[in-house]
Amino acid sequence: MTFASIIIQLLNGLAAAASLFLVSAGLSLIFGVTRIVNFAHGSLYMLGLYGAYSLIQALGRTPVGFWTSVVLAALAVGLVGVLIEVLVLRRIYRAPELFQLLATFAVVLVIKDIALFTWGAEDLVGPRAPGLSMAIEILGRRIPAYDLLLIAIGPVVLLAMWLLLTRTRWGALVRAATQDREMVGALGVDQAKLFTSVFFVGSVLAGLGGALQIPREPANLELDLSVIADAFVVTVVGGLGSIGGAFLAAVLIGVAKAFCIGVGTVNWFGAEIVFSKLTLVVEFLIMAIVLVVRPFGLLGKPQAAQRLAADPAPPLTVPSWTFVLVGLVLLLAVPIAADRYVTILLTDIFCFALFAISLHFIMGPAGMVSFGHAAYFGLGAYAAGLLLKRGGLPMEAALVLAPLVAGAFAVVYGWFCVRLSGVYLAMLTLAFAQISWSIVFQWDSFTGGSNGVFGVWPSAWLAGKTAYYYLALAFCGAGIALLWRVLFSPFGFALRAGRDSPLRAEAIGIDLRAYQWMAFVLVGALAGLAGAVYAFSKGSISPSAISIAQSTDGLIMVLLGGVETLTGPLAGAAIFTWLRDEVARRTEFWRAVMGVVILAIVLLFPQGLIGGLKALTQRWREARA
Amino acid sequence: MTAVLQVEGLHKSFGGVQAVADVSFAVDAGELLALIGPNGAGKSTCFNMLNGQLAPDGGIVRLEGRDIVGMRPRQIWRLGVGRTFQITATFASLSVRENVQMALYSHAGRLRSLLGRFGTAFTAEADALLGQVGMLDQAGRPCGVLAYGDLKRVELAMALANQPRLLLMDEPTAGMAPKERVALMELAASLARAQRIAVLFTEHDMDVVFSQADRIIVLDRGQLIAGGTPQEVRANPDVRAVYLGGTH
Repeated sequence: MTFASIIIQLLNGLAAAASLFLVSAGLSLIFGVTRIVNFAHGSLYMLGLYGAYSLIQALGRTPVGFWTSVVLAALAVGLVGVLIEVLVLRRIYRAPELFQLLATFAVVLVIKDIALFTWGAEDLVGPRAPGLSMAIEILGRRIPAYDLLLIAIGPVVLLAMWLLLTRTRWGALVRAATQDREMVGALGVDQAKLFTSVFFVGSVLAGLGGALQIPREPANLELDLSVIADAFVVTVVGGLGSIGGAFLAAVLIGVAKAFCIGVGTVNWFGAEIVFSKLTLVVEFLIMAIVLVVRPFGLLGKPQAAQRLAADPAPPLTVPSWTFVLVGLVLLLAVPIAADRYVTILLTDIFCFALFAISLHFIMGPAGMVSFGHAAYFGLGAYAAGLLLKRGGLPMEAALVLAPLVAGAFAVVYGWFCVRLSGVYLAMLTLAFAQISWSIVFQWDSFTGGSNGVFGVWPSAWLAGKTAYYYLALAFCGAGIALLWRVLFSPFGFALRAGRDSPLRAEAIGIDLRAYQWMAFVLVGALAGLAGAVYAFSKGSISPSAISIAQSTDGLIMVLLGGVETLTGPLAGAAIFTWLRDEVARRTEFWRAVMGVVILAIVLLFPQGLIGGLKALTQRWREARA
Repeated sequence: MTAVLQVEGLHKSFGGVQAVADVSFAVDAGELLALIGPNGAGKSTCFNMLNGQLAPDGGIVRLEGRDIVGMRPRQIWRLGVGRTFQITATFASLSVRENVQMALYSHAGRLRSLLGRFGTAFTAEADALLGQVGMLDQAGRPCGVLAYGDLKRVELAMALANQPRLLLMDEPTAGMAPKERVALMELAASLARAQRIAVLFTEHDMDVVFSQADRIIVLDRGQLIAGGTPQEVRANPDVRAVYLGGTH
């Protein structure tokens, strides 16, 4: 690489870092004050981009029109943020953290469909910035003038944020609330107003980040989740709640990605390494390394302990034998009594039920929330497919080996993850899922790339839908039974003990990390089994099985049913899968419908469906007594 | 004979602040040693270095002759040290009995089983310990709903489950009613003497300290300023100065 090309890649990286910084700073700000991980932040960015596109169409492609549009779009997105805060989040600040997360997932679904309805499914390519469409020659290379402007905008916004946070009363309140939210409340500060204003500013930053990208990137509907993943990485690498850290991390990641593209293909010891394909991997690798070396990010501090901790988890109760037996008998009778459609739908539900139960195991009793559980589901599915198609193994062997492959990945990923806790742990799981996804997505020759693997069909004796239904019931049922059994074993109790009090667990000789690692591997293998059964039932696998969307589906299933009961995630998986199927057959906008349903449930039953039902029946019993 | 716990020249500073400076003392089997001192004297820092939560900057901590500096709390537990915390730490979603059973399972190295059923073993042992600390009637309740004083008793039972050689109790009676306090420490003292356990405890309640401790050491601004029997410490002018205000 020449000196000139290094400088050019550096400039490219810095330009890309600007928007990344803006959206991450907003996310970080909101998390710092409200402790809400706003999954919808990427959606706000997407709205900024679409909004700017439409406004420029209306106001004209003049410099004034362009810049007015960018600013108006950012402000409009700020108002959307206020709307989300006032209508949804304000009502659930006292609910468990995970429920707030579920609400923001729902907002993602709703915004995606609003964008689909308003702007359609086609990518929209925006205009170049009027007056800045020329390129400037630096060291013999041509750099778009707009990129140079973006490079300047990052530090300007950083400076503005810094002034706002250190020189104004509002900034003092924000910093105080980031350190100790309850104390600020106790001092008589109107928290509702503060939170709303923080949401406004954070959303404006996201909207601005999106709007500024209009000359560089087409507006499309996939941006919401890809941007939120990038923003998570940046905030976590920089340190949650640290604006300066977000800037540093954005620059680091932007530049690293630019260099990957710049380096292109390299021959090392005869092996061809395509660096330009590693852009997705590299940012998550940076994150994994930073988190292991500095668990609270580059400039982050250990999170202040929250005084008003959520209520302790209630004791788990074993599902009753009558419930399990009646359920089993009914399920065994389904293929005899019901039609083909029900059989296929239930086969899907079995797979997702095991997926959800394995996720529940790790996030509920073991206390480690995973944002990337689809990694194991998807890796299990791919392992099954690839062992069959490329390994030439019989289907039965592939089905049995696939969970072991997923478990082997969980050995590696889990080793890193159990070193962290809380939000940082969740983000790292997401990072590993994204690494897996991008490798599968880009390794065309082995995994089939974006097309996936086809012809993954079961052996002849299992080819019938009824036969496969019983196989899925047997394997997924056995997986669920195993996980439930383990929850009540000494190992399972040790995990619960470690969740309740890591300090006490350590003080009575429990090597918590080893137990948590083991739990990771166990649930990874069983999620992999779910994926393998799923792959053979569909006959094909695509990268979406490892996507963030698949991970969030799992989280929605668990949270919908309620994380505090064992049967909750089962109900959640069944209802979610069924509802999605029903709604998707009726409307193109099924996501928005799902989102609204989830929001309704979040606002009405903050303990999840099954938790809510239990509370209702208890109230009814008390009323009768 | 060697002391159960022997501390020599323990040091710890945070930034520029010397939290603990050159502290040395020893506790024998069956002896109750109270570590007292005003707020911020370094008592908890001292404690946390003894059970491995904090790494000392310098000094030696010997448990029955063996240097335990650098070991993790869980390794120190395995050597026979039980601990209660200033702010109680129990497993809120487990019942009182299950909390004690957890310590018993861990002591016996039986937590690794994935398929057995937790709670079937050590029921009698757990109940015996709960009987000793007066918590048997609440054995089935989850720890998350207990009163603070009762949690302290559960912690004591969990520490005893380890058949400890050394018991570290950081403010064991904080949050309890005055009558309960003396009763709990009397209980700890009688168990310690009967089972030859060495006990090191910090305490703010001077009634408890002077009625139960065999010896007392006094920490002020990180340094040991006095030590001896309760009578000696009571009469020590330096201690009076620290507690009653400077007269010199």
